[in-house]
Amino acid sequence: MATVTQKQQLFGHAASNHYLDASRGVMSWIFTLDHKRIAIMYMYGVIASLFLAGIFALVLRTELYTPGPWFLSNAVYNQMFTLHGAVMVFLFIIPSVPAIIGNFVLPMMLGAKDVAFPRLNLASLWLYWLGGIFFIVVLSTTQLDTGWTFYTPYSTSSSKTNVIAATLGAFILGFSSIFTGLNFIVTINTMRPKGMTWFRLPLLLWGLYSTSIIQVLATPVLGITLLLLIVERTLKLGIFDPAYGGDPLLYQHFFWFYSHPAVYIMILPAMGVISEMLAVHCRKEVFGYKFIAMSSVAIALIGFLVWGHHMFTSGQSELTSLVFSAITFSVAVPSAVKVFNWLCTMYRGDINLSTPMLYVMSFIFLFGIGGLTGLWLGALSTDIPLHDTYFVVAHFHYVMVGGTMTALLGGLFHWWPKFSGRMYNEPLGKLFCFFVFAGFNLTFFPQFIMGSLGMPRRYHEYAEIYQIYHQASTWGAFTLGIGIFGAVMVLVYAWFFGRKASGNPWGAATLEWQCSSPPSFHNFEHRVIVSEPYDFESVIYDESVDGYIPVIPKRDLAPNQQPATATH
Amino acid sequence: MASTNVVRDEYSPLVDLEHSHEHEHAPFIAHHFYTAEQQFDSGKLGIWLFLVTEVLFFGGLFVAYIIYRYNRPEVFIDAHQYLDTLLGGLNTIVLLFSSLTMAWGVRAAQMGDNKTTAISVLVTMVCAAIFLGVKAVEYSHKWDLGLLPGNMFSYDPHAEHPHHMISDYLILLCIPFAIVFVVTALISILNLRTGQTLAGRFHGGLAITMLGFFLGVVVGVVWNANMISHEEHGEGHHAAAVGESPVRPVSYVADDATSKSGAADASPATATASNVAHPIDKSLGVFFSIYYCMTGLHAIHIIGGIIALSWIFYRSLAAHWRPDYFGPVDYVGLYWHLVDLIWIYLFPLMYLIR
Repeated sequence: MATVTQKQQLFGHAASNHYLDASRGVMSWIFTLDHKRIAIMYMYGVIASLFLAGIFALVLRTELYTPGPWFLSNAVYNQMFTLHGAVMVFLFIIPSVPAIIGNFVLPMMLGAKDVAFPRLNLASLWLYWLGGIFFIVVLSTTQLDTGWTFYTPYSTSSSKTNVIAATLGAFILGFSSIFTGLNFIVTINTMRPKGMTWFRLPLLLWGLYSTSIIQVLATPVLGITLLLLIVERTLKLGIFDPAYGGDPLLYQHFFWFYSHPAVYIMILPAMGVISEMLAVHCRKEVFGYKFIAMSSVAIALIGFLVWGHHMFTSGQSELTSLVFSAITFSVAVPSAVKVFNWLCTMYRGDINLSTPMLYVMSFIFLFGIGGLTGLWLGALSTDIPLHDTYFVVAHFHYVMVGGTMTALLGGLFHWWPKFSGRMYNEPLGKLFCFFVFAGFNLTFFPQFIMGSLGMPRRYHEYAEIYQIYHQASTWGAFTLGIGIFGAVMVLVYAWFFGRKASGNPWGAATLEWQCSSPPSFHNFEHRVIVSEPYDFESVIYDESVDGYIPVIPKRDLAPNQQPATATH
Repeated sequence: MASTNVVRDEYSPLVDLEHSHEHEHAPFIAHHFYTAEQQFDSGKLGIWLFLVTEVLFFGGLFVAYIIYRYNRPEVFIDAHQYLDTLLGGLNTIVLLFSSLTMAWGVRAAQMGDNKTTAISVLVTMVCAAIFLGVKAVEYSHKWDLGLLPGNMFSYDPHAEHPHHMISDYLILLCIPFAIVFVVTALISILNLRTGQTLAGRFHGGLAITMLGFFLGVVVGVVWNANMISHEEHGEGHHAAAVGESPVRPVSYVADDATSKSGAADASPATATASNVAHPIDKSLGVFFSIYYCMTGLHAIHIIGGIIALSWIFYRSLAAHWRPDYFGPVDYVGLYWHLVDLIWIYLFPLMYLIR
């Protein structure tokens, strides 16, 4: 059987010829077709966007420290929150988990060498860069003040800012997203090796699959909407303009037909990441695997039918609002199924309080709050006073930042040994996780309170009774900023100076941990052994590689039964 | 004993996949696929998903169409009379025929008959170009009349319309196709002279495709000239449309605004006033906004189709297709059928309104 050196080669720390040094030079990265390198390059862009939009957020919070105007003019304030929203949504949060963790891990989890269309994958990355360039153009010219939603008629007729560059950027980023989703669906459908049945797919893959369905079905509608917006602004088409008998509300319907499902593009992969990390760090099979898997698909499908809840106060009919409200409530069911299954997984698990696990627990707590407050906003009677207040801001930040960003950070810590071949510093990782959690709550919990007291969102100045909440929020924002920056620095440090990681340091049973760390160019140096994704008996600790290796199932040397010979 | 060893090695996870012989690749299979079937199925699923995104992309425009037509049915009934049903019908037939030749090409590729594939694909490309040529005539004619989108709509039914035989806009639209024709024809001749048959035939095919565009233009121009001569005799379709003055003298916008404000008594006065001030009804322009968006986006897809088809044409000439490898022809064929299908919906929705 396998010798120690063979084992170290296959399941240990890859000494050389892994994906990072398979070829050298900038060109080998820009023109790479390797899904792992593409993921790394996405990571640079996504983290840079996070920092950029995060700085906008800090500027906003600093400005809001005092009730009156401080150092920003009204126009600049409007541009700041618009760019914070637009960059966060289009450049950070939508690509975050699918493009980084999904791209890196998906083919390996599946047991494949690459995604189905590597060139299309590279095209997605280039489109992402191109879209980013458009946003840089926006930043360096007249900026943008429409809010990230580009509502008509302000965006088509009144705004003096660079709406066209921003919408073109978002249009291009939309295509990047479509291609990624298309690629993932095809990969999961056709690239599974023998033994990888649908219900052996790790839950992250179910999350990514559901996400991809939304990306393919919803994003094209955003694409055509933004195109119409651009043409409307340049040629005065009239489709959204009441002056010609057009319908400005049509824009909102189109926009939210994409952008509500897009909310699930942001959260579903994060939920998948949480399911993975939870099982591994509790060392317990996920409770209710099929329910978690199917709830992802259910959220994706129901998510298409609820966009009208963004327009309760926009003048749609009462009946429409009522129907949308009812369907909105039904989204809570699959979401709650997930949360309860996670809690049941933790129950009597062998919980290892590592950094990823702390992020998981933060996620469950914060997503719980974010999800439940969503019901208040989905209920017609409570939405009328709460809409356009800080309550809404707090709600979606609890889901987007407390949910997706927390899951992204946790996922980066969890898969960092696979990305870089190095272990991060555990105490520092935990410290900054605490900063993130505390800072986040300090930022956004007061916003629930001031929102319910009536503080409207997007206001530059406010009444003095809200000041105490705004100040708490500002302090929290800086704590959160320190936490995120620190967490990223811990990862950067680990990339260069961390302890070398073995192929499977966590004892996880999914297939990506059967590769060496970092993986070779073709991912697997050996035949993939497919087992149940959360069967932790299928791996065993091996001292010679300082990590876990798969248990090779015993086989009969000769078949017990001769196959029946075919008769003619 | 030796045989059992082989079995064990083959199933051991420690066998290096890169060095095992079970995994021999045919040259056309990408490195990350195991079999030709897997590669074909991936491509097929991929192109179907892409078509789904295309349908949704156009879906937004169809929804805009439905809503505007629901709100203002009279605008559609009036405005569609400016579209030339016969030219649209001709284009429909051309596209349907191109779908037939495309399907023929796919079948030939499946049989490994590269020559038939090349010819069928070339005919498909020519049909696509004829479509564009006719479309160019339709567009330029409307631009001459001022039937423009949205705010630029400036058609005045009572004004004199100079009917140019060949409009300036049409010449502009022809220039890029003429340039491509000249360049590809020259390259083709050069290649054939120097014995590079493959490149020569490929560029020759492109040049023939461009000629298809001019064929479409000629057909359209001749048709329009006939229309004008009929009009002069006062019996043509166009004449009837203008004669009956399809543009009602009431501004729909003003109408709507006043009825909403509830000032019923003021409404006739306002309508008349706005009538005098704005003799041109801009709400007709929104029909043309939708018309240009939908047919324009469709035309862009036709151009994209010609580019994709020329890639298939080149590979057919290079005899790449064989019974176990014809995926790309199939994929481009599916795309082409979708583009046709969208036109099959656009034609009745735009041209055949009653």
